[in-house]
Amino acid sequence: MTTSTDSDLLSITLAQGRRKLLSGETSSQQLTQTFLDRIAATDDQVKAFVTVTAEAALEQATQADNLLSSGDATAPLTGLPIGLKDVLMTRGVRTTAGSRMLDSLIPPYDATVVSRLRDAGAISLGKLNMDEFAMGSSTEHSAWFPTANPWDLERVPGGSSGGSAAAVAAQQCIATLGSDTGGSIRQPASFCGVVGLKPTYGRVSRYGLIAFASSLDQIGPFTHTVEDAALLLQAIAGPDPLDSTCYDEPVPDFSEQLDRGLDGLRVAAPQEFFGDGMDEDVGSTVETALDLLAANGAIIDRTPSMPSVPMALPVYYILAPSECSANLARFDGVKYGYGARGGESMWADMEATRQHGFGREVKRRILLGAYALSAGYYDAYYLQAQKVRTLIRREFDRVFAEHDVIVAPTAPTVAFKQGEITDPYQMYLNDIFTIPANIAGLPAISVPGGFGEGGMPVGLQFVGQRLDEPTLLQVANAYEQLAQWPTAPPGSVGST
Amino acid sequence: MSDAESTQFSSEQVRHLASLVRIELTDSEVEEFRSELASILSHIDALSEIDTTGVPPTNNGADLLNIKDDDASRPAMPRDQILANAPQREDEYFRVHAVLDQS
Repeated sequence: MTTSTDSDLLSITLAQGRRKLLSGETSSQQLTQTFLDRIAATDDQVKAFVTVTAEAALEQATQADNLLSSGDATAPLTGLPIGLKDVLMTRGVRTTAGSRMLDSLIPPYDATVVSRLRDAGAISLGKLNMDEFAMGSSTEHSAWFPTANPWDLERVPGGSSGGSAAAVAAQQCIATLGSDTGGSIRQPASFCGVVGLKPTYGRVSRYGLIAFASSLDQIGPFTHTVEDAALLLQAIAGPDPLDSTCYDEPVPDFSEQLDRGLDGLRVAAPQEFFGDGMDEDVGSTVETALDLLAANGAIIDRTPSMPSVPMALPVYYILAPSECSANLARFDGVKYGYGARGGESMWADMEATRQHGFGREVKRRILLGAYALSAGYYDAYYLQAQKVRTLIRREFDRVFAEHDVIVAPTAPTVAFKQGEITDPYQMYLNDIFTIPANIAGLPAISVPGGFGEGGMPVGLQFVGQRLDEPTLLQVANAYEQLAQWPTAPPGSVGST
Repeated sequence: MSDAESTQFSSEQVRHLASLVRIELTDSEVEEFRSELASILSHIDALSEIDTTGVPPTNNGADLLNIKDDDASRPAMPRDQILANAPQREDEYFRVHAVLDQS
């Protein structure tokens, strides 16, 4: 039996880790300690974690090793260390959603995905930084601190799940969970050069996900490989009596189709995803990726047109703020979290609570949502946005009548410098290519697609049909196997 | 819908919106949000040009309606754990400012 050194372990995948644990090549305690040491060595620079739960993780690792040595480690992720976006409720572990409003919240229950990962045997190393209440595209809107991009510490990791993406790229966890309302998994995955999957809306329970925009929010994995994304999705997917928007459909085996290749697969590349706003380096990188797909059996069709897709961004910036203004009404300073006291009335205390508890971006979106929903504007903004949402869904349906997947860039640029984008609408433009999948409720994945300006990663996005993650993962896996891009920066973050 | 160029906010409008959502704003915040909201809406106003005659609204990310739960009792979360997160509690209650006029 060979044993693994710590540096071998940092680059492993969930699938490899499973094999090494079952063969006795490593132990969960060694694995967990290796990643905790890595966090200690690198997180001063990366700042991916809001909370590290070292003690609990090592305790769980001891239990996992007992199961492994007695041959009872049937749970598929037994002993494998992962991380959780700080928007997921974790029983007994501080959960902040990146907001001063929840500075001291210790949840009395677990999110469904958290209890499912525990049932699957995974070990949580802690909670990962994010834009406040998942509103943002750079993780600069965290109330605590910005997270850095492991490929270039002066750049942002993307957002809102920036901590979850950076932790995988910096090899602080084997995999992590994030949430995606308009691109918050895929855009940071693109910026940090890792795999990020947003499942079909309703595939994964949202119970215990602190709500931002309930008709758009979906939880999904960050990993080094598509195979790992399939494994992690397998562990968290499926109906949940605690979420009435979760599909009551049988969950397929997400790994079964992975190796079927590209032969004859019909890939649409609609014009609207390759137009205005995309940087040249991203465009040429994506073109090279399309050539590689075509050379290996995929049928690339550039003719589909989706004229309503450019409207997805305005639709999003009506619907998401509207839903957020309702969802965030619960933060009243009475039941949990921050509560100002000493005002002249209950209302004064509540207004002060929300003044000091929320950051700028969150307040801006609540105000925008209140405007779109207010008397006299409701039909023109909110209802019109819902109708255009229908048009966008129909256009996706039309394309999927004749194609298996859609391919597009994930983000229009590579990761930008911290502090570079100050105009809110410029920041929103980061999500022009990711928002359409949320609007239509479709599964979508970002996989590393090469490198652009400054040697920064460029993500390639695939969008699949509703509930057809198996085909989506098949195409993404085939591309990954052909391209073989690295998913962590050369020369480790901690050693530079 | 008003056309893009005319999307303007007065300070009073911003203060009114803030009062609807119970957020106190400083004077400088009012000014910043006034111009930022106008700018964001000028981009969003393109929506009004889309013909949606006869198009039904989509209000749900999936196509799901009314999933029903069994009408069975089950244990609730322990009261102490819930109250433990209250900014201010008194015995088994959330403590807040007096709501009703005490005079």
